[in-house]
Amino acid sequence: MTPSEKSAHSKPLPFWKRYIFSTDHKVIGIQYGVTALIFLFIGFLLMMFMRWSIAFPGRPLPEWAAALLGPNSTSGIFGPEFYNQLGAMHGTIMIFLGVVPLAVGGFGNYVVPLQIGAPDMAFPKINMMSYWAFLTGGLLMLFSFFIEGGAAKSGWTAYPPLAVLDADSGQTIWLVGMVFLITSSLLGAINFIVTIIQLRAPGLTWMRLPFFVWSELVTAFILLLAFPPLEAAGVLQLMDRIADTNFFMPSGLVVSGEIREAAGGGSPLLWQHLFWFLGHPEVYVLILPALGIVAEIIANNSRKPLWGYRSMVYSSLFLGFMSFVVWSHHMYLTGMGSVMNAFFQTTTMIISIPSVIILSALILSLWGGSIRFTVPMLFAVAFLPMFGIGGLTGLPLGISTSDIHLHDTYYVIGHFHYVVAPGVIFGLFGGIYYWFPKATGRKMGTVLGHLHFWPTLICMNVIFMPMFIQGLAGVSRRLYDGGSAYAHAQPVLHWNAVISMAAWTMAIAQIPFILNFFGSIFFGKKVESNPWEATTLEWTAAPSPPPHGNFPEIPTVYCGPYEYSQPNSETDFHPQNQPVEA
Amino acid sequence: MSTAEIQYIETPRPDTGLTNGKIGIWLFLASEVMLFGALFSAYVLLRVGAETWPMGRDVLNIWLALVNTVVLITSSVTMVLAWAALMKNNYSEHKKFLALTFLCGLIFLGIKAVEYGQKFSHDLFPSTNNFLAIYFVLTGLHGLHVLGGMIVMLYFLLFGRKNWVERPKMYTNRIENTGLYWHFVDLVWIFLFPVLYLL
Amino acid sequence: MIELLHKLGLPLNASAHGGEIDATLGWLHLLMFALFIGWSLVFLFILWRFRRSRNPQASYVGVKNHSISLSIEVVVALAEAGILILLSIPLWAERVNQMPTDENRVEVRVVAQQFAWNMHYPGPDGLFGTTSPDMISQTNPIGLDRDSPNAADDIVSINWLYLPKGRPAVLHLSSMDVIHSFSLPEMRVKQDCIPGMSVPIWFEPTLTTEEMRDMKVAMGDWEEDKKAFLNYEIACAQLCGLGHYQMRGFMEVMEPEAFDQWVETESAKAQESGSGEEDFGEFE
Ligand code: HEA
Ligand code: HEA
Ligand code: CUA
Ligand SMILES: [Cu+2]
Repeated sequence: MTPSEKSAHSKPLPFWKRYIFSTDHKVIGIQYGVTALIFLFIGFLLMMFMRWSIAFPGRPLPEWAAALLGPNSTSGIFGPEFYNQLGAMHGTIMIFLGVVPLAVGGFGNYVVPLQIGAPDMAFPKINMMSYWAFLTGGLLMLFSFFIEGGAAKSGWTAYPPLAVLDADSGQTIWLVGMVFLITSSLLGAINFIVTIIQLRAPGLTWMRLPFFVWSELVTAFILLLAFPPLEAAGVLQLMDRIADTNFFMPSGLVVSGEIREAAGGGSPLLWQHLFWFLGHPEVYVLILPALGIVAEIIANNSRKPLWGYRSMVYSSLFLGFMSFVVWSHHMYLTGMGSVMNAFFQTTTMIISIPSVIILSALILSLWGGSIRFTVPMLFAVAFLPMFGIGGLTGLPLGISTSDIHLHDTYYVIGHFHYVVAPGVIFGLFGGIYYWFPKATGRKMGTVLGHLHFWPTLICMNVIFMPMFIQGLAGVSRRLYDGGSAYAHAQPVLHWNAVISMAAWTMAIAQIPFILNFFGSIFFGKKVESNPWEATTLEWTAAPSPPPHGNFPEIPTVYCGPYEYSQPNSETDFHPQNQPVEA
Repeated sequence: MSTAEIQYIETPRPDTGLTNGKIGIWLFLASEVMLFGALFSAYVLLRVGAETWPMGRDVLNIWLALVNTVVLITSSVTMVLAWAALMKNNYSEHKKFLALTFLCGLIFLGIKAVEYGQKFSHDLFPSTNNFLAIYFVLTGLHGLHVLGGMIVMLYFLLFGRKNWVERPKMYTNRIENTGLYWHFVDLVWIFLFPVLYLL
Repeated sequence: MIELLHKLGLPLNASAHGGEIDATLGWLHLLMFALFIGWSLVFLFILWRFRRSRNPQASYVGVKNHSISLSIEVVVALAEAGILILLSIPLWAERVNQMPTDENRVEVRVVAQQFAWNMHYPGPDGLFGTTSPDMISQTNPIGLDRDSPNAADDIVSINWLYLPKGRPAVLHLSSMDVIHSFSLPEMRVKQDCIPGMSVPIWFEPTLTTEEMRDMKVAMGDWEEDKKAFLNYEIACAQLCGLGHYQMRGFMEVMEPEAFDQWVETESAKAQESGSGEEDFGEFE
């Protein structure tokens, strides 16, 4: 080590270097996490306005709510154009600015180096750049609400020609924002992979890695390889919008009676292929870290090793690989021939098998356990059947002939919300309750935790279960009035108000969480470094919160990640860094 | 606080045999392959679906592109020599070759600018047809990659000496990784040239 | 199972192939319910049986028998393979590869636009006239060139699709501007309308509008006194702009004789007013 570097470490850093432009993975993880939670909250807010229009089309909003919308509503009513902005931005914000940054940027950054016994990420400066690229992209997206014409309004999928023909700048900003977000994810992905490959502590072999680390590793590979095609697609759409090219624009369009004078010759389906080539792997980017968190919590709270750890690892590797060859199941109804169709149906069914294996392993891991229902465990346990419902309803969408009836209906909305909301979001909530003591040295309150969990669980089901019914009835998604004009929607229309009420009630159920989260930072019960009596390194080798550099000394690992309840052992857990007696 | 030091920056990790930077650059290149791969697929799809598709050689200037190919290949060679000079501990030779590489990059971009200018002066823009559109996107993105590599080289030329003196091993690794990137950019061009100009 | 799905919102089926789609939906949901209920029971039992207060000492090994989960996975895989090979792949191939060619089929071009459905019938001669974008006007929404061969007897209607019961209908779907999606829930039909492409689909209605109304009333999906307002609806399923939510079309399924009658009168009407449009054409 050079003298200049040594002094950099021993000198206390100025505030802005320590907390704002920090290169410490823990600070960056917290920056990511808190920013992402704020974005989740914003995504939630947008959704609540959408639900008003769906439940009570044409009825003015209450005055205080209308005030929040500013010029976007006239005497309390907002139009379909604004509804479409809300929809596109809800999807974009939830996925790209909420869940991915929280799951990968937040938990991944904070936990992975600790779990593998590394002092930091492999490239701390790149890590910091990744956060700032993310924040820039996110702020751009938010900013677009306030410009002339408002935010992007062509769905989170941004299908051309609609997205290209949109004359307002919102879509352009969306594309630029996406390029920032993609760049951020790519930087992060490289960093994770290198860190996990290179900086594992001595003795930490591949099959001793906590499952969470595996899930982040696979996630990082998916991000690395799936995001660049979307970046390419984004650049092409940007060109179509600002340089009048025609990558996605066919010849001879007639838009509101006017012939579009342009060279044409492009293909709208090219965009869909590029988008879903990312879009499908992206859903596993959402679910895998959540599965990883749930696995950690279940092993810890059932006090026994994960059952089928190896098959879970192999399944997630297989999942990551397969996720690149199923993308066209989002495009069954674009005029697909029978050979391609048979191929994508088959791959889609194949990809469901590793999910079944992982889920079965997690459920069977509970068998024989001594289950403590701590707050994180409640979320982890609820995750299983909720993800089960979401995953199972993916099957009729994956079979192309049943997808004919269900495509672009609320059945799809129900399917993916079950996996992302009571699925992924529950996993992430669980992770927050679980690792909070590590980051702050204090525990979050149990009573508030229960007040958060139970109403949220009930509301989630009241919200999303009726969507399957509406979808089976054939109600299309992305309808400003929730389908009230359609005769075939009438028998299931009364659900709209029920769903919306539950969604608003669920907002109230988040108050205990927000109070708990901020309150516990200052008033939570102080705990020592391993309050859950866990086995993995972040608990057993580092103080809470860990200092810069994480470990007093780099730990050595002697055994697998989940050595709970070994026979003939005094305690019911055996830390990974504790030697095994021969 | 010696534990805060990140390992394997200078020396490879024994079981993987690689330094952090080396793996990082390879991963980065993998994502670049996906980026250009997606654009190549777009090219193929558009061409297959098009009613008419001009032959590149009728529209573009093959001779300028040929010169550019030679320039870029030369620059790859000088890049290797720049790295080899470091292995021989000869910093001034290294600097000479690095500067030559930088110069080649500059010539490449200059010629590219002339080509672009010719197109514009003939009223050929990205919006003219899809061939030109994908031509401008592919070569433009490639040009940006060249520019990016040049900025890194310029940085090393101006500020690299201190790093070389203090941590020669680290500096050598950085040059090696820059070289890997540079060869990749070169390789992309080797693909672009026939695809756009000849086929 | 299908009964249950009807209770859960699935509308009645009024097309010849819809039964197969419903069967696929039925089998799939059976598999899904079985898996979910089965796992839920196991899951709840585990949560109860192995809670800390009842089982203070966890077992290091847990489930010893790997064959339970393995056999479940194999069963799931087999069930999926069965549905794929027996139901879905053949049905899809039939839908896209075996367009009906028999004489009594009805062909219609459906041209979607923001936010309406244009229907173009070939008329009694069974052949479509040519259309061109620069003839599009208020009175000629699809730009039909009445002077082109076979065009004189063509019928153009907006937002209303008329079909006969019991004869296969072949629809050629396209769009003038952005992507739309043509959805007929009761026919189990849905297909994107993509500008620059023309995609054919086919189906055979099995219930006339009248019959459908009676059945929906009988099923309790609709009220007797509002029967006259009930129609088959064409929904746009793909986000296509601010009017997406009201891009609603209708379909009337008639007895075959009534349909032939309809074609004749509408075609005659078109030929009468045809001269007016010719003038308009020269103007342009
Ligand atoms: C995290 C996100 C996530 C996950 C994990 C999945 C998982 C799956 N998805 Fe989903 N999907 C989305 C997010 C996700 N999806 C999104 C966002 C969209 C819509 C995008 C848009 O159009 O806007 C979508 C859309 C979508 C479509 C397109 C529908 C359409 O537009 O018509 C299809 C079609 O094949 C599909 C299929 C599947 C399949 C087969 C799985 C499989 O991987 C699922 C496998 C899992 C199982 C089979 C569960 C196993 C269950 C058990 C073992 C029982 C357990 C029971 C108890 C515990 C009680 N999904
Ligand atoms: C990760 C992705 C994600 C998540 C979590 C959600 C969550 C929710 N979504 Fe969304 N949704 C999408 C992704 C997501 N959605 C996408 C991609 C679309 C398609 C868009 C399109 O059509 O283009 C969509 C569309 C969509 C629609 C359909 C609109 C339409 O088709 O017209 C609806 C309708 O009800 C809806 C509702 C909800 C509801 C009720 C939730 C609830 O579950 C919300 C739950 C959220 C929370 C519980 C967050 C709580 C967090 C906090 C309270 C933060 C606390 C803060 C601090 C501590 C600082 N969503
Ligand atoms: Cu047309 Cu939606
Ligand atoms: Cu998918």
